[in-house]
Amino acid sequence: MKKLSFTNGVFLGGLLFLYLPMLILIIYSFNSSRLVTVWAGWSTKWYLALLEDDQILGAIWMSLRIAFYSSTMAVVLGTMAAFVMTRFNKFRGRTLFSGMITAPLVMPDVIIGLSLLLLFVGMAQGFGWPAERGMLTIWIAHVTFSAAYATVVISSRLREVDRSVEEAAMDLGATPFKTFFIITVPAIAPALAAGWLLSFTLSLDDLVISSFVAGPGATTLPMVVFSSVRLGVSPKINALATLIIMAVSLAAFVTWYVLRRAEKRRLQQLRTDMEEVVEVPAYRPQPVINPVKQRKQRVGSQEKEEVPESVT
Amino acid sequence: MTVDVDTPSRQPEKPAILQVQTITKTFDGVYAVDDVSLDIRKGEIFALLGGSGSGKSTLLRMIAGFEKPTSGRILLDGQDITDLPPYQRPVNMMFQSYALFPHMNVEQNIAFGLKQDGLSKSEIKARVEEMLNLVHMTQYARRKPHQLSGGQRQRVALARSLAKKPQMLLLDEPMGALDKKLRTQMQLELVNIIEDVGVTCLMVTHDQEEAMTMADRIGIMDHGEIVQTGSPKDIYESPNSRMTAEFIGSCNIFEGSIVTDEADHAVIESHLLDAPVRIGHGIATNLENPQVWVAVRPEKTMLQHSKPASNENWSSGVVDDIAYLGTHSVYYVRLPSGQVVQSTMVNSERHSHHPTWNDQVYVCWDESSPVVLNQ
Repeated sequence: MKKLSFTNGVFLGGLLFLYLPMLILIIYSFNSSRLVTVWAGWSTKWYLALLEDDQILGAIWMSLRIAFYSSTMAVVLGTMAAFVMTRFNKFRGRTLFSGMITAPLVMPDVIIGLSLLLLFVGMAQGFGWPAERGMLTIWIAHVTFSAAYATVVISSRLREVDRSVEEAAMDLGATPFKTFFIITVPAIAPALAAGWLLSFTLSLDDLVISSFVAGPGATTLPMVVFSSVRLGVSPKINALATLIIMAVSLAAFVTWYVLRRAEKRRLQQLRTDMEEVVEVPAYRPQPVINPVKQRKQRVGSQEKEEVPESVT
Repeated sequence: MTVDVDTPSRQPEKPAILQVQTITKTFDGVYAVDDVSLDIRKGEIFALLGGSGSGKSTLLRMIAGFEKPTSGRILLDGQDITDLPPYQRPVNMMFQSYALFPHMNVEQNIAFGLKQDGLSKSEIKARVEEMLNLVHMTQYARRKPHQLSGGQRQRVALARSLAKKPQMLLLDEPMGALDKKLRTQMQLELVNIIEDVGVTCLMVTHDQEEAMTMADRIGIMDHGEIVQTGSPKDIYESPNSRMTAEFIGSCNIFEGSIVTDEADHAVIESHLLDAPVRIGHGIATNLENPQVWVAVRPEKTMLQHSKPASNENWSSGVVDDIAYLGTHSVYYVRLPSGQVVQSTMVNSERHSHHPTWNDQVYVCWDESSPVVLNQ
C-alpha cells in the first residue's frame, strides 16, 4: 500500500477531528444500556422513548415555530435595512446606521440576552406588555440578532443589482413600490433565501439569548438538551442528536443536488443557446448570390427557426 | 445661454414637442448642466453629442425624470412635466445597457409597460406581436435576455421602449454595447424603425459618426452647456467655436489677425503660415479685436510638390509623418513655424506618387475652405 503522504494525513486527521465525535454519538444512540458510556448491544429503544417524550417533542415544535417566525421577520427587516443602506445615498448618520445594524454580529450573546431581559422586565412593569416572557419574547430576541445577519447577506446582493433595470421599470410606468416587488425582489431572491436559512439556523441553535428571555411556558430544544445533559447524559438525547444530524445532512444533500442539477441544466441551455446565437452572423446572406435560393438551402440543412439576424 | 437655430434643416420647420427651458443641475455645487435651453421638433432625431462629463446624460436623465433639475422647466407638448415622476411621463428610454428584465422573456419584457397601463390581455398581445414584427424578433419571443446576442437585445430594448407609443423616445448611448461592425448596421436599422414609427427621438452619444449618421440635428455639449446646434453638415462645415471645430472631426487651426475685411473678401495674417489667408467672403467682425482663429479641415487642405502660383492660402512644410488608412492617408506636415498641419489625401490609385517622409511640400487650400472663429 502507498504510504500516507503528509497532506493526506493532515486531511484525514482534520476530518476525524470534525466528524469522529458525531460518529461516536450516532453509534451510542443505538446503545441499549441506560449508561451512556457503557456499551450493551444494539437497540432502537431510545428512539421509541424519544417519541413518547412530550417535553422534547414540544420543545422541537416550539423551536421550529420560533425559528420560522423569527427568520421570516428577520428577512423582512433585513431587506428594509439593506435597501436603506444601499439605495439612499446620503443622509445624516448613514455610517452610524449601518454600524448599528451590524453591531449584533460582534456583540456577545450574553450582553444581548441580558439587555433584552432588562428591557422586557422594564416594559412589563411600565405598561404591562409583554405580560409574561415566553415564545413572543424569544421571537423578538431572535429577530434582533438574525436581522443583522440577514441585512449583511441581502445588502451585498442588493448592491450588485443593476440600477438601470429598476429605472427601466419605472420609466415604463411602474411605481417605485411595484418596481421593488416585481423587479428587485426576483433579482435578490437567492440572497433572501440564503438570509432566511441563515436566520433559521441561528435561531434554532441559540441557547444563551433564549435562556435569558424565556419564560416558564416556553422551552426551546437547545434549552431542553442542555438542561437534561446537566442532569447526566441520557441516551434519549443521543437519539435526538442523531435525528437532527440526519435531518441536517439530508437537507444539505438535497439542496446541493437540486442546485447542481439546476446549474448543469442552465449551463447546457446556455451553451446550446450561445451556439445558435453565434451561428446567426455566420449565415448572413452573401451580397451577390440569389438570396432566396440561399435561404431555402439553409432552412433545409440547418435549424428551421434560424432566419438571418437581420437583412438590412 | 440660448441657442437659436436659424440653419435650414432637412425637414420643414415643425413645432417643438419638447422644450427645455433654462435647465440647470448641480451635484454638490458642481454644475453638471448649466442653464441649457433646447427645443426639439416633432418627428426629428436629435443627438446630444459630447465627451464624458459634458452633462449630456444628466440632461437626458432629467428629461426621463430620474434626476430633478435644480432650476428651469421641461415642457412636453406644452405641458410642464418637470415635477412628474418618471412613471407618469409619456417618455420612454432605451438604456445603454438595455436594462432588460433578466427574469422575463422577450415577450414579457415588451409587455411590461403595457401591463402597467392596465390594457386588456388581447390588446397587449396584439401590441407585443406588432412590436416583435417591427424589430424582426418574432421567433425569439420566448427567449430570456441572456440567451440573446447584443444586437438582438438592443432590438428587444427598442421594442420595449416603443411599445407604449411614447411621445418621445430617449436613447442613451444606443450603440455603446455593440462592436464596431454591428454598430454601423444597427445605426441605419434603428433610424429606419424610428422613422417608420414616426416618434420624436432624443439620443445621447459620444460618437460623432453615430450622431452624424442617425440624427437630423445635433447639439454639441461641453461643460454643461450646448455650444452649437444644427444639422450635421452645418456643424461640420460651419462650426461656431474652436471647441466644436476640434470636437467634430479634426481641424487645422491657425491663430492670426484680420488685415482686410471687405464685403467680398477678408485677409488674415498668421505668423504660423508663410502666406496670408484669404477668405472669399466678408466676415464683418469688429476690427477693435482683430485676433481670430482660422480653421481648415484636413480634407480641404491639399498637398503638392510645386509652389502654388497664388500669393495667398499656402505654406511650405516638410512631411513629418504619414498615416496610411486604406481609403485615405493622413499627412502630418510640419510648417517652418513648427505647427503641424494635417492633410487628407484619398488613395484613388493603387500605386501613386504621393509625397513621402521628409519631402519638401506645400499645403494650400481654396479661398472658400477656411472658417473664421472668434472664440
